[in-house]
Amino acid sequence: MNSKSILFISMVALVSLLSGCNEDSKLSLSERSIIYCSEGSPETFNPQLSTSGTTSDATSKQLYNSLIVYKGQSNTLGPSLAKSKHITRDGRKITFYLRQDVSFHQTSYFTPTRLFNADDVLFTFNRILDKEHAFHHVSGGQYPFFQSVNFSELVEKVEKINDYTVRFILRRNESSFLANLATDYAVILSAEYGQQLTNSNSKHEIDILPIGTGPFKLKDYRVGSLIRFYRHDSYWQGKAKIEQLVYDISPRETSRLTKLLAKECDVSSYPNAHKKIAQRSDLQLESITSLNVGYFGFNTQKAPFDNKLVRQAISLAINKQALVDNIYRSQAARAKSILPTTSWAYDKNTPELGYDPVRAKSLLAEAGYPQGFTMDIWAMPVQRTYNPNAVKMAKLIQADLKKIGVKVKIVSYEWSTFLRRLSLGEHQSFLLGWNADHPDPDNFFTPMLSCSANEIGNNRTFWCHKEYDDLLKKALKTTDMSKRKGYYAKAMVIINDEMPLLPIAHSKRFQARGSDVEGDILSKFGGISFYQASKKAKLVNEASN
Amino acid sequence: MLTFTLRRFSLFIFTMLVLTLLSFSLSFLFPGDTVINHSGQIHATPTELVELNKVYKMDENIFSQYNAYLSHILQGDLGQSMASQSPISDEIIELLPATIELSLVALLIAMLIGIPLGFIAAIRHNKTSDNAILSFAMIGYSIPVFWLGLLAIHTFSINLGWLPSAGKISLLFEIDFVTGIQFIDILLSDSPYKWQAFSNASAHIILPACVIALAPATIFIRLSRAAMIEVLAAPYIRAARAKGLSFNQIIFRHAIRNALIKIIRHVGLQFANLVTIAMVTEVIFSWPGIGRWLIESIYQRDYTAIQSGLLVLSCFIFLVHILTDFIYAALNPLARGNNHGS
Repeated sequence: MNSKSILFISMVALVSLLSGCNEDSKLSLSERSIIYCSEGSPETFNPQLSTSGTTSDATSKQLYNSLIVYKGQSNTLGPSLAKSKHITRDGRKITFYLRQDVSFHQTSYFTPTRLFNADDVLFTFNRILDKEHAFHHVSGGQYPFFQSVNFSELVEKVEKINDYTVRFILRRNESSFLANLATDYAVILSAEYGQQLTNSNSKHEIDILPIGTGPFKLKDYRVGSLIRFYRHDSYWQGKAKIEQLVYDISPRETSRLTKLLAKECDVSSYPNAHKKIAQRSDLQLESITSLNVGYFGFNTQKAPFDNKLVRQAISLAINKQALVDNIYRSQAARAKSILPTTSWAYDKNTPELGYDPVRAKSLLAEAGYPQGFTMDIWAMPVQRTYNPNAVKMAKLIQADLKKIGVKVKIVSYEWSTFLRRLSLGEHQSFLLGWNADHPDPDNFFTPMLSCSANEIGNNRTFWCHKEYDDLLKKALKTTDMSKRKGYYAKAMVIINDEMPLLPIAHSKRFQARGSDVEGDILSKFGGISFYQASKKAKLVNEASN
Repeated sequence: MLTFTLRRFSLFIFTMLVLTLLSFSLSFLFPGDTVINHSGQIHATPTELVELNKVYKMDENIFSQYNAYLSHILQGDLGQSMASQSPISDEIIELLPATIELSLVALLIAMLIGIPLGFIAAIRHNKTSDNAILSFAMIGYSIPVFWLGLLAIHTFSINLGWLPSAGKISLLFEIDFVTGIQFIDILLSDSPYKWQAFSNASAHIILPACVIALAPATIFIRLSRAAMIEVLAAPYIRAARAKGLSFNQIIFRHAIRNALIKIIRHVGLQFANLVTIAMVTEVIFSWPGIGRWLIESIYQRDYTAIQSGLLVLSCFIFLVHILTDFIYAALNPLARGNNHGS
């Protein structure tokens, strides 16, 4: 009898534990938090140092703010940390008037004693511009986005006018300058935190233990496992709706899907099984047409792709429509040039190299390869919006090229090794893509194919074309939209003739979430933001309250 | 009891010696430099390498090499993981409790389900319910655990959405590491969400523990059935029946106690079996335990972690065996006279 009553009591205790003790009429922790199943670990917590989408998803809009941002459907530039700006008539002096009510994160490793001011802006940009700056070489001294747009050559200096006014002095007028400042990469760091790290001789921590002005602050990071953010309670735009944001790092597609279906994560990046998700009433599938391009590039420094005819022949032999249908499951538009058709600068009359294996073969013979040759294709190992399955795409291309007598070997490495070896130029051809950081068309032309991008290893085709570069420079010097459009149209014609790369598709970015998650997360350019996201309180709880 | 203890102790010493000999020889059998396999220091500079060779006495004969290796192990230095470059002993201390916790819960489930079912089968010997229980045991024993695990995730996590499929607690809860046994750590923590964390952790452990419990439970069914049948046929039961004791009195006062004694010994044996099953299950349910860690080390060719992990795991299982032997001996004086170790 005695043992029976003990058993009974323990059963009652267990049942009451399992049912949860929500009597305290508060929302449960899971209702105040969001778990996001992300596809990879960020390389750094400072988006200035990386152009990878995973890094900017995890950092830019969560931890930081930039001076200006793109706002609304019309993609106009709006104020952020700078409440207003003034540009001189020659476009070479740009003055920003800063907000006076912005506070930095308070964490276990840093407590700010002052609000955001001009010193922080100077600290941020001088770190990138000035090679003598104490922090320039911390974390390697590479600022890939800024190098690709020639930032340090463009900006002569950044001046502090007073505590809340800064002025950028440019060497020439460049129309994409403001757009570049509004990207996910131009985030503002804390000068005071930099000073603290200098004093404690641990400068490298600035990019590992981040301090920013954004809606969330870093609590905990375990490589390959999780990132935990807490809400920044004194965020200048009002605090975020959720208290905790957790990134559950799950590189495998199927494990992200399982976690989503089992409600272990609220939002999942790049989901597969679109139909299954669409069928479930408790899940939503959303997509956004982002500005991107997936392409097949050639190493123009290596034989046989140093020959324009070979590049054209290979491009003609690939059935792009079949790739779009199979790889993107028709959730993408076939690319006619590197610029998406939705961009204002896109010219409808741009010629497109079609699918023509017969002409491909004759071009190949003309180039001196009537019997074909053997080549390699480097297929990226990770999923990206612009290419959900590069290895499968490489196999389809392999089959297409076999028809014109070209044998293909498919090469794939782990992601960071893959990128490193590509910048060393070990490849003959490769499958990769580009996500735009801002809607300015220059963001497609300059970082992907210019000679300056070539120098820092971002342009993996190693193609450098004087006429093309001149056109881009002219387009940047003017603010006249129709003139710019004309220059870019000419640039597209050059690309289509020279074929350093074959644009394949402009795809949508997908995301899945539980139907109880509200608020916009995806944005057209750059990384995601959880500032607006929140969870609907469950009806059961409302009834019990 | 003293001779019994001494005998077990000497058995433990010798088994451990054989095990260390095995893990020591693994360093020679694995590809790569022996001293690097011992220490796991793959990024050692030439000077550090000279130092390591000296510490592990690599230029002396094989016996002093083994001696040096043994003294490292006795000091708790199991080398560094080649993959993460952190001390293996730290990693094991962090992960082993999670496996023990999962295995204990699974063992409890297996016993709570298996033993009563076995008793029922024995009492209803050769009747339909006996046959039904036996066929269930047979089927349960034959199902491969990796398949069962996936099936359980598919049914209960994906289709029904009742239980989580991965990890030991939702990532939302921050529980400080104290003992490593999560339920205890949760109770010790001062988080305002303690009880939510507790119910969340319970939900996480149900699926993997049940999957692990199935095979041992079926063994318990058969063991307890056989033990009970034997006890029920014993003369003292017949005597009790002749004295006019009721059925309940016979079963609860006499039969169950005597049958349980016979089973307890096997609990220890089953625990070893259970840990093996748990290792596979940990991979399926992403349970952060030693099994998943060991299998990942194999994938990553982390030789130091493999050899030290095997050593620790086998040492742990052996200790459990000895422990159950003691419990058995304490409960059953007859067993103490047994001259041979099991």
